[in-house]
Amino acid sequence: MKHRLITSLAVPLLFLAACGGEPETQRYGSEPPLPDPQRGLLPSMEIASPAPWGEQRPAVPQGYAIAAIATDLRIPRQTLALPNGDILVAEGRGGGAPALTPKDVIAGIIKARGTSSVDGGDRLTLLRDADGDGVFETRTVFASNLNAPYGLAFVNGRIYVANQDALVRFDYQPGQTTASGPPVKVADLPSALNHHWTKALAASPDGRFLYVGIGSNSNITERGMPAEVDRARVWQIDAQTGAHRPYATGMRNPTALTIQPGTGELWAAVNERDEIGPNLVPDYVTSVRDGGFYGWPYSYWGQNVDTRVQPQDPQKVASAIRPDYAVGSHVATLGLAFSTPAMGAQFADGLFVGEHGSWNRSPPVGYRVVFVPFRGSHPAGSPIDVVTGFMGADGKTHGRPVGVTVDPRGALIVADDLSNTIWRVTPVARGAASSGAASTATPR
Amino acid sequence: MPLHPLHRMLLGATVTLFLGVLLSDVAYGQSYEVQWKNFASWLIVGGLLVGGLTLLWALIMLLRADGRSGSPVVYVLLLVASWIFGFGNALIHAKDAWASMPTATVLSVIVVALAGAATWRGFVSLRAQAAS
Repeated sequence: MKHRLITSLAVPLLFLAACGGEPETQRYGSEPPLPDPQRGLLPSMEIASPAPWGEQRPAVPQGYAIAAIATDLRIPRQTLALPNGDILVAEGRGGGAPALTPKDVIAGIIKARGTSSVDGGDRLTLLRDADGDGVFETRTVFASNLNAPYGLAFVNGRIYVANQDALVRFDYQPGQTTASGPPVKVADLPSALNHHWTKALAASPDGRFLYVGIGSNSNITERGMPAEVDRARVWQIDAQTGAHRPYATGMRNPTALTIQPGTGELWAAVNERDEIGPNLVPDYVTSVRDGGFYGWPYSYWGQNVDTRVQPQDPQKVASAIRPDYAVGSHVATLGLAFSTPAMGAQFADGLFVGEHGSWNRSPPVGYRVVFVPFRGSHPAGSPIDVVTGFMGADGKTHGRPVGVTVDPRGALIVADDLSNTIWRVTPVARGAASSGAASTATPR
Repeated sequence: MPLHPLHRMLLGATVTLFLGVLLSDVAYGQSYEVQWKNFASWLIVGGLLVGGLTLLWALIMLLRADGRSGSPVVYVLLLVASWIFGFGNALIHAKDAWASMPTATVLSVIVVALAGAATWRGFVSLRAQAAS
């Protein structure tokens, strides 16, 4: 009798816990099928289990080589190729929004297990390969005492850096290995709470404007709407005056911005919302329309209403734009770079996308760099694996890709913020020994 | 055997904390002000903590019961049930924003009812049985 009573009380709860669905394969492209939202009693979590690279290396397609050009960095996030071929690396760890709920406390402890334990560098490191042999023999600290620098841009002889709280700039002379002085502030950026702290950055080709991606302060408004003032949007900032205006809104977390060569159009990689299923909502890459509203928080992938947001706003939903291209739910797109023919025929026209990897999906996804092929300045076709092997089949994770940068001379630079390494992928010249670009440094 | 005063205090605190959860849920439902939901989430943690101590004490009492002074089985079962539903309520409250509603409020009502019944049983019935 006792037992039956306990069972009858416990059963409804178990029932609730059991109603999670099976993850299907990920869907890509401009019209991804969207399953119904669902969530069991517990959110799915599968945290990367960090392990050193050892003798292993990320895998690249045949005809390409990969090498570590810098190791033992302090949380490298985004990189920038300067005109003389030097590589600038932004290192840092930002955020620090206070835990508001018991869930925040528990999730914070769990998620920390899947990241590097190194302190963020709050600096820019410069890497130089003077003789072009693929070995970056010079390494200097270009600037330090920054505040979680992330987005980088070079335009009109200036280096712009998006700290987590301000856009700053350095004057730059070709060949410089250290900044000649402290940075000049261009504009303050929204930094209260900074749940999504990364500030992505791109410069308009004429250098008049800078575009800054500002992530939301929550997954889906669970910190309340007042926390979302000036969040989940892309700002256009006047390089001269520092004045800003919202360029596009409703982008939950625009983690990478870049300008499309030829069209001059702004493109963004956006991380979408969590906790409504393993195959919702797709992270996406999209051209960014001036004045466009992309749904967050009221709707996703266009006008699919998210009922977790109350009160709702049907008018905003009606104006929501569908993004261009889905790269898969929870992959965490953090890197974005247009390719160049110097990368080889297979990757001549399209976008490289760095996928940091999921923490809230089982099985995990992402943990790779993909290539989205373009035709006529639009995405055409499925993503192609470019750099893989960051997470082994055993779940051991050696690295997590963040920023991707195309060196116009024919190299893909990938920042890895778990092993604190910068990887360089190059096409192997036909007939050349494949060991030509052998590893130059050993990541831990 | 009447409950130890400290045991009673824990029991009274449990139902009070769970009542706070319910009132916060109602306030969130009325206002969409997410801070009420944060209050509710922490009050559940408090209820589970204090309720857990109460349950522990009650279980020890159950093991040591000699049968003559009234059996605490129903009391213990009510405490167990309120703790289990309270735990489920914590998980429901961990859903972001409005995703927890209206299930959260329904569960809060059930938890308050169970904790209230346990308290009633603990304060009145056990003593009455002991007196008879």
